[in-house]
Amino acid sequence: MSQTHLQKKNISTSIKENLYKLWSFPGGIKVSGNKSQSNQQPISTAKTARQLIIPLTQHIGQAAEPIVKVGDKVLKGQILAHANGAISAPVHASGSGVITAIEELPVPHPSGLSALCVVIDTDGYDQWIECTPLISENNTLNTSNQSQQTINTLSNEQINKQIANAGIVGLGGALFPSAAKLHTAEKMHTDTLIINAAECEPYITCDDVLMRRRPEEVILGILLIKKIVGAKKCLIGIEDNKPEAYQALLSCISGYNFAHKTNSAEPQIEIIPVPARYPAGGEKQLIQVLTGKEVPSGGLPMDVGIICHNVTTAAAVYQAVYRGEPLISRIVTITGGAIKTPQNMEVPIGTPIRDVLNQAGLQQDKIEKVIMGGPMMGFALSSIDVPVTKATNCLLISEKGELSTPPPAMPCIRCALCADSCPMSLLPQQMYWYAKARDLEKVQDYNLFDCIECGGCSYACPSNIPLVQYYRYAKTEIQNEERERNKANIARDRHEFREERLQKAKLAKAEAARLRKEKLAKKKALDAEKAKQEADKADNSDDSNGDSKEKSKAADSADLIQEAIARAKAKKAQQQSQRKNTENLTEAQQKQIDEANTRRRKTSQTD
Amino acid sequence: MFLAQSSPFLKPALSVSKMMRVVTLLMIPGILTATYVFGYGVLINIFLAIIFALSFEAIILYLRKRPIKVYLNDNSALLTAVIIGVALPPLAPWWLTFVGVFFAIVVAKQLYGGLGYNTFNPAMVAYAILLVSFPAQMTTYWQTPIMMLSQVNGQTLSLLETINFQLFAQLPDGVAMDALTSASPLGIVRTSILSGAATISEIDAQGTTFGMLGGIGTEWVNLAFLAGGLFMLRKGLISWHIPLSLLATLGFLSLLFGSFELDSNPSPLFHLFSGATMLGAFFIATDPVTASTTPRGRIFYGAGIGALIYIIRTWGGYPDAVAFSVLIMNMCVPLLDYYTQPRVYGHQVDNDDQELP
Repeated sequence: MSQTHLQKKNISTSIKENLYKLWSFPGGIKVSGNKSQSNQQPISTAKTARQLIIPLTQHIGQAAEPIVKVGDKVLKGQILAHANGAISAPVHASGSGVITAIEELPVPHPSGLSALCVVIDTDGYDQWIECTPLISENNTLNTSNQSQQTINTLSNEQINKQIANAGIVGLGGALFPSAAKLHTAEKMHTDTLIINAAECEPYITCDDVLMRRRPEEVILGILLIKKIVGAKKCLIGIEDNKPEAYQALLSCISGYNFAHKTNSAEPQIEIIPVPARYPAGGEKQLIQVLTGKEVPSGGLPMDVGIICHNVTTAAAVYQAVYRGEPLISRIVTITGGAIKTPQNMEVPIGTPIRDVLNQAGLQQDKIEKVIMGGPMMGFALSSIDVPVTKATNCLLISEKGELSTPPPAMPCIRCALCADSCPMSLLPQQMYWYAKARDLEKVQDYNLFDCIECGGCSYACPSNIPLVQYYRYAKTEIQNEERERNKANIARDRHEFREERLQKAKLAKAEAARLRKEKLAKKKALDAEKAKQEADKADNSDDSNGDSKEKSKAADSADLIQEAIARAKAKKAQQQSQRKNTENLTEAQQKQIDEANTRRRKTSQTD
Repeated sequence: MFLAQSSPFLKPALSVSKMMRVVTLLMIPGILTATYVFGYGVLINIFLAIIFALSFEAIILYLRKRPIKVYLNDNSALLTAVIIGVALPPLAPWWLTFVGVFFAIVVAKQLYGGLGYNTFNPAMVAYAILLVSFPAQMTTYWQTPIMMLSQVNGQTLSLLETINFQLFAQLPDGVAMDALTSASPLGIVRTSILSGAATISEIDAQGTTFGMLGGIGTEWVNLAFLAGGLFMLRKGLISWHIPLSLLATLGFLSLLFGSFELDSNPSPLFHLFSGATMLGAFFIATDPVTASTTPRGRIFYGAGIGALIYIIRTWGGYPDAVAFSVLIMNMCVPLLDYYTQPRVYGHQVDNDDQELP
């Protein structure tokens, strides 16, 4: 206790030493951390599960494409599925064994969805595939200048390729493929790298213990990321309720010139404690607190020369580069009233949540809610028979009375406590009115899509209105409507094409009919002439008769050719219209996909 | 299957019920002071108002087929009743309270849709209707403040006598209505100045109007409500915007006009510590349902009420003006809310202003 106090004091003195100016964000709420239950013990290791269920979509973007088949033997760390496109990430085996199935299985998802998974029956050997690190780990697990020099010998492409191959995604919750993000940042001349170590959600301590126990990995990972993006400076934002982690990082970088202000140069890495107030760890809020800048609405941090990464992501980058290990495990906080020994556990991806919980002492009869993520932004799982994924930072198993139950909501009394708590300066009560009335235009006028869904308003609401739920509903409705509109546009285009095509076919038909008629008339005329000629022939036979017969034959065949050409034209017109139709369809779809991607980018990336 | 629910899952910090209860409890210092100054009538008013309010609320909820227990437990009717009880003259007959509470709960609140849907502050609707309909009872049934009794040779009533008068309109033998009541300081100042009968210094010389800060008697009640209000601020139950802007505007205007003509304008302190100023600033204007919801809107809202209080008190037809001022500003709330929306994060950003240290 006194030690903690002392360390807190150290933080305040170091703030004074650094004189780092902090900004503030509006709103926010004070919540009790509930972190001490799980952050006192060292990181434990999960037992190898009998069966690993590895989903192929553990990131934003396209699902990975499996390159293994049922019956294949795989080693730990072996690639199971390739990245599929630019925004995607590969998936690796997190244990050695035999693949017994590649099928749709339930995955952790708010609506209990299923997704394609690779199932491995482990063989118990836990045998690694040969890893190819870029830097040997042996003599450099310290953050000396030497290691900085070693990093400088690598090229950006080399590091980023290693990150891409390791399947690293944003582990703060956004799950955006890191290599793609870094690649963009590199091109956009980002000058500030912000490492999000705030971990503002109650209960979650996986970043905290990572920094306490493995600070070197975090710092070396940060140096690697910094190298790629070419940032001039790096700010590590950490909430001031984590003095131990702060000290660990500080002692890790102290003594080296990149950590201290020299006469001329700015310090390369600064660890900055920020006041603990939820959601200080939201990407936009952390940027505001550390730099005073705001990410433009609908934009990315890179638009203001900033890139944000999570500490856990940095550690994963370290593991990929220094050990050559892909991202096949992560630290998971297991906590809550129904857990006997709350702790942080290094869990292989794909381990069934039930196994993990049992290892931490799950009291089955006490379970009330199973939440993946924190109590502010996580979601309730309907089953614990789903695997741990790259997104699983916390498993909160609450007992009765620990968390809120949905009681009947009272009417809104317009107290505006929600607006006072909104870190984005939105007007939640107005958005609520319009979302409830399904006035989707008006709710967008009140900037619905700037909402980061932090949950502060719902927490502050004395009427117990599930505000965030209304916003999620409105967002989904608007997106659905957009999709419907696009669909309608496509349908209209299609209809117009069809009309045009029918019109053309009709014209062609009419033309053909006209031609046929003409031909018939000609034939009749010819027949009449023939009859006449034959009548003439009776009088005097002549050679010219044969001539005229040949002529009529030629005319006949010309007509036939023309007819065929008309048919071909009609058919071509028809084909063209069809081809145009499909082209248009894919374009619209492409647009839709692009829009969905930007939206996703906008709504994601909050820790 | 476990309990499914959407995030956030943390227990909410506050409930409407608790909010209203705490606000009501924080009125107790003011209520006790008022009882000391103006007699037992204050308590009886509050008691009657609570009974009437809860009954009306229950009946209407029943008629509207709403869960009665849930809505009675929200304590909003309780708070409205207590405010009406304090605002009414201490010797108000029971039917005055009855009519007032009827208009507050049934008309102003439930007919508009119940809690959260009313445009106008129910307690102030009640007060305004009573003041317009029963001006005599509303202005003259104020018992003489205890501090003034000796100076004016006034009389007071015991608890039983007060009940007897309020319920059955019977005064004890030998006690006249005139001996019980006296005009309020705000009323005296207004009539004297408007009619030109006396200047401020002449009123002061009589020694029956001005106390140390504001009007005799009411200054103590105002101080007690100020204490309760400051505690609410500390507890985060209300934001500072409305009370501060209200009091600042009222004080500023009285200072401004007072500096032109000192002898026909009472001091800013008199305005701040007389009548229902503090009750209005902290407990009435801050009613969440009918007040503005944006930070800037609240400042305009409070300032508007403060300005109207000064205008009506000085040039209007009524000695105190909190009710009318609040009702007029209630009407402006939608406009204020619309035009004072805060700038949303990431909109109209000028990031170049911010230089990294």
